[in-house]
Amino acid sequence: MSLHPFAIELLQFVLLLGLAPAFAGWVKILKCRAQGRTAPGILQPYRDIRRLFGKDIVLAENASWIFRFTPYLVFGVTAVAAGIIPLLSVDLPLSATADVIALVMLFGIVRFFTALAGMDIGTAFGGMGSSREMMIASLAEPAMLMAVFTVSLASNSSSLTQMVAVMGQAEFAIRPSLAFALAAFIMIALAETGRIPVDNPATHLELTMVHEAMILEYSGRHLALFEWAGMMKLTIFFALGIAAFSPWGIAADGDIGALLLAFGLLVFKLAVGALIMVLIETGLAKMRLFRLPEYLGSAFLLATLGMIAFFILE
Amino acid sequence: MPASLDIAGFAVLLLLALAVLAPLLSSVRTIQIPLAFSLSAVASLAAVVAGIMTVASGSVASATISIGLPGLPFHLRLDPLAGFFLVVIGLMGLFVSIYSIGYVKGYGGVRSMTQMICFYTLFLAGMLLVVLADDAYFFLVAWELMAAASYFLVMYEDEKGENRRAAFLYLLIAHVGALAILLAFGVMAGQSGAPGFVGYTFNAMRSAQLSSGWAAAAFFLAFFGFAAKAGVIPLHVWLPEAHPVAPSNISALMSGVMLKTSIYGICRFAFDFIKVFPWWWGGVVLALGLLSAVLGVLYALMQHDLKRLLAYHSVENIGIILIGLGLSMIFAAFQMPTLAALALVAALYHTLNHAVFKGLLFMGAGAVLHATHVRNMEEMGGLIHRMPWTAPLFLVGCVSISALPPFNGFVSEWLTFQAFLLSPALPHPLLKLLIPLGAALLALTGALAAACFVKVFGVVFLGQWRGHQKPERIHEVGPSMLVGMLLAAISCLLLGIFPTWVIGWLDTIPEQLCGAKLAESAGKFGWLWLTPIAHERASYSGPVVFIGILVVVAVTWLLLHVHATSVSRVPIWDCGFVKLTPRMQYTASAFSMPIRRVLGFLFAVREQVEIVPHTNHPALPGSLQYRLRIRDRFWNWLYAPQGDAAYWVARQVGRLQQGRIQIYLLYSFVTLIVLLVFLG
Repeated sequence: MSLHPFAIELLQFVLLLGLAPAFAGWVKILKCRAQGRTAPGILQPYRDIRRLFGKDIVLAENASWIFRFTPYLVFGVTAVAAGIIPLLSVDLPLSATADVIALVMLFGIVRFFTALAGMDIGTAFGGMGSSREMMIASLAEPAMLMAVFTVSLASNSSSLTQMVAVMGQAEFAIRPSLAFALAAFIMIALAETGRIPVDNPATHLELTMVHEAMILEYSGRHLALFEWAGMMKLTIFFALGIAAFSPWGIAADGDIGALLLAFGLLVFKLAVGALIMVLIETGLAKMRLFRLPEYLGSAFLLATLGMIAFFILE
Repeated sequence: MPASLDIAGFAVLLLLALAVLAPLLSSVRTIQIPLAFSLSAVASLAAVVAGIMTVASGSVASATISIGLPGLPFHLRLDPLAGFFLVVIGLMGLFVSIYSIGYVKGYGGVRSMTQMICFYTLFLAGMLLVVLADDAYFFLVAWELMAAASYFLVMYEDEKGENRRAAFLYLLIAHVGALAILLAFGVMAGQSGAPGFVGYTFNAMRSAQLSSGWAAAAFFLAFFGFAAKAGVIPLHVWLPEAHPVAPSNISALMSGVMLKTSIYGICRFAFDFIKVFPWWWGGVVLALGLLSAVLGVLYALMQHDLKRLLAYHSVENIGIILIGLGLSMIFAAFQMPTLAALALVAALYHTLNHAVFKGLLFMGAGAVLHATHVRNMEEMGGLIHRMPWTAPLFLVGCVSISALPPFNGFVSEWLTFQAFLLSPALPHPLLKLLIPLGAALLALTGALAAACFVKVFGVVFLGQWRGHQKPERIHEVGPSMLVGMLLAAISCLLLGIFPTWVIGWLDTIPEQLCGAKLAESAGKFGWLWLTPIAHERASYSGPVVFIGILVVVAVTWLLLHVHATSVSRVPIWDCGFVKLTPRMQYTASAFSMPIRRVLGFLFAVREQVEIVPHTNHPALPGSLQYRLRIRDRFWNWLYAPQGDAAYWVARQVGRLQQGRIQIYLLYSFVTLIVLLVFLG
C-alpha cells in the first residue's frame, strides 16, 4: 500500500509543524543534562506556546503594521519551507518549488522582516539586534553558498529531492569533499539558527544578544509565532543537513513500510544530531561579535577546500 | 496592424514634437505639465508595445531616413535585442512620466517647467534612438543627445555649486567614454574593408572579419566607453555625485534606464558584431562585474544620503548584470550555447528587474524628499506613520533589490547562481576552480544588499522621527506619484511570480545571439515551474511560494483571531530609564558599524571622537563630538592624480601667457618662420 504524494506532503507538513517543539524540548533536555541541571519535560515547548497564545498582547504605541505583520510572515515562510524539504520521502509534489538556493533565500525573507521589526519601535536594543544579525548573515551567506555548491557538485543538482535520490542510492563512502562541506555546513547552521558560539538562544536581556534583541518587544501570540517558527527553523536546518549529507533511509516513493522506516531513521538522526549540537554548545563559549568574521571565514575556507577536493580527488 | 518599427518611430516623433511644442504652452502651466507628461507616457507605452511585439515575434525590421551625412543616411533597425531595451526604456518612461505629473509640481513657480519638459522628452527620445540606431554616426548622435539632455537635467537646480560640479564630472566622464566608443567604431569600420561610409553601418560591422588583435581592441575600447556610462568600478565616480543632485524623476530614469543603454552596447558589440571571441574577454567582464557588485554594495552601506546610497546600488546591480554577461561570454567562447543562453537571459532579466525596482526606489526616495525636504537619512524616521502608502511601495522595492522571493530581483539572481552552478562543465581547470568563488562573492553581495535595505527602510520609515522640524508637517504625496510607484511595484511582483512567461517571451534574443533557446526547458513543466536546463538540476516556482506564504499567513491569522485576545497600546518600554528620546535610536551609521569594522580596510575611513569637558566640572564630560568620514579610495587612487597632473600641465602651458604684446608678436614671428622652414 502506498500514499498519494499529496498525502505525504500533508503528512510531512503536519509532522514538522507538530514535532518541531518536541525537538526543541529534546535539545533542551540534552543541554540541561550536559550542564548538570534538571530538565523540563520534552513537552515544555508545547506548554510555552499554548500559554503565549492565550495571553494578551502589549504593543508599543508607535508600533506600525510591519511589527504586527512580521510574526505571521515569519511563521508562514518557515511553514512553506517545511513543505519543500524531503523529510520522509522524495515523492513530494511541492519539492520542486525551490532548490537549496531558493530555500536559503526563503530564510532571507524571515531575517529581513525580523530585522525590520526590530527597528520598528525605535529602541536601541532592537536596532542593535538587527544590525548584528544582518552583519552575521552577510558573512554566513558566501560560506553557505560554497557548501551548497560542493554538495551540488557531488549530486550534479541543487534540487533537494534529486540530491537525496542520488546520494541515497550511492554506496556509502567517506568523500573528502563532503566531509569538508559538512564541517562548513555545521558551522554555518549554528550561525543561521542563532546557537552558541554565534548567538545564545537562552539570553533574554543581555548586551550580547542578537536574535532575542530583535524580538524583545514581542508578546502574546506574536511571540508564540516567533518561538514556534524558530523551533521549526532549527528542525529544518537539521533536516537540510540530513538530506544533503546523510539521506540514507528517506523513502523513494509513498510505500507505507518505507515511510515508517524513514520516520524511525529520521527520529534517530535528529536525536543524534541534537546530541552533537549540544556537545558543541556546551563545550564552547559565545564568541565576541568581532571574532565572528574569523569563525565564518573558516567555514568559508572549509567549504572551498571541499570544492577543491572534489575537483582534485573525485 | 502597424509594423513595430513604425510604432517605435511614432514614439520618438511624439517625444521630439513635445520637446519642440513645450515652450508654446509655457504660459499655461496648469495644462502644460499634465499634457506633456501624459503624452510622454503615451509615447513610452508605444515604445513598450513596439518592443514587446518585436521580441515576441523575433522579427527584424530596418529602415533608412535620408538625413544625416552625405553617403551615410540614418539607418534604423529593430531586432529583438533592441526591442527588449525598448521595453525597458518604455516601461520606466511610462511609470516615471505618470509620477512626474505630481513630482514636478513641487518646482512650480520656482523654476522653468519648459526646460524640464524639453530635456525630459529629449532624454527619452535619445535613449530610444540609441537602441534603434543601426549605423555608427546615428548611434553617436543619439548617444550624445541622451548625454547632453541628461546633463542639463542634472544641472536643473543649477544655483547650487554641488550640482554644477556633479554635472560637469558627469559630462567629462561621459565624453571620455563617448570618445572610446567612437574609436571602437573607427576600428570596426577601418577593419571591415567596406568602401567609404558603408563601413560605418552596423551591417558592415556584423559581416566584418577582424583579426583577433583588432577585435580585442574594438571590444575593449567599446567596453571602456560603455563601462564609463554604466558606472562600472573604477569608472563609477560620477554616478554617486550626479544621481543625488538630479531631480528624483530624472534619477529614476538615469539609474533605471540610461545605464542600461551601455549594457545594450556591450551586448551589441560582443554578441552581434564580433560574435567569436576568446574566453578571457568574458573573464574580464566577469571580474569587473564582481568588483563592481561587491564594492558597490559596500560603498552603498556606508552612505547616509538616501539618493547617494541608491546610486551606489546602481553600481552594484550593473555589476550583477555584467556577471551574467561575462559568464555568458565565457560559455559562448567554449561553444556551450545553452549555458550561454542561460547566463544571457539572467543578465537581461536582471536588466529589466533593476530598471523596475531601482526606478521604484528612486521614485520612493523622491516622494520622501518631496515630503521631508531632506536627503540625510539620519534626520528621518517613522515615516511609515506619516506616509502610509509610500512606505509599503518603497518596501516592495527594498525586498526586490534584496533578492528575496517571490519578488523579481530574486529570479534573476537565482538564474545567475544557476549559471554559476553549471560552470564546472567548462573544459578549463582554472576556470572551474575560480568561477565558483565568484558565486560566493555574488552571495555576499546579495546578503549585504539585504543588510543595506534593512538599514534604509528601518531608518527612514520605521522607528521615530529624528529630524529637527516637526513631523506633523510631513504629508503623503499626491495620487499621480503614488500611481507611478504602484505600477512599478506591481511590475516587481509580476516579474517575480511569472518568470516562465517572461523567459518564454525574451527567448528570441538568446536564439539570435547565442544560437540556443532556453524556454523549452525553462517552461517544460508549465508556467508554474521555472526549470532552467533540466528539472533534475534545479527548479523554482514563484507562484507556489507566493500563494503558499499568502495561504499560511491568512490561515494563521484567522485561527489566531477566532478568540481574539486584547491588544493594549502602551508607551515604549525604556528599561526603567525614563528619558528615552528619539535621538537614542540606532542611526544609519550605527547600523552599518559592524560591517564597517569588518570590511573597513576597503575604504578610507576616518573616525574621530572628541570629548569636550564640562565647563563647570572639568573632570566630567560635557559633550561628545563624533566625526566620521568615509571616502571612495578610487578617487584618491585614480582621479586625484590625473586631476593634479592636468592642473600641473596647464600651469606649465600657462607660462606662455605673458600679457605683453611684444611677446605675442614674437610668438607669431617664430611660428611664421617655422612654418616657412617646414613648408618651403
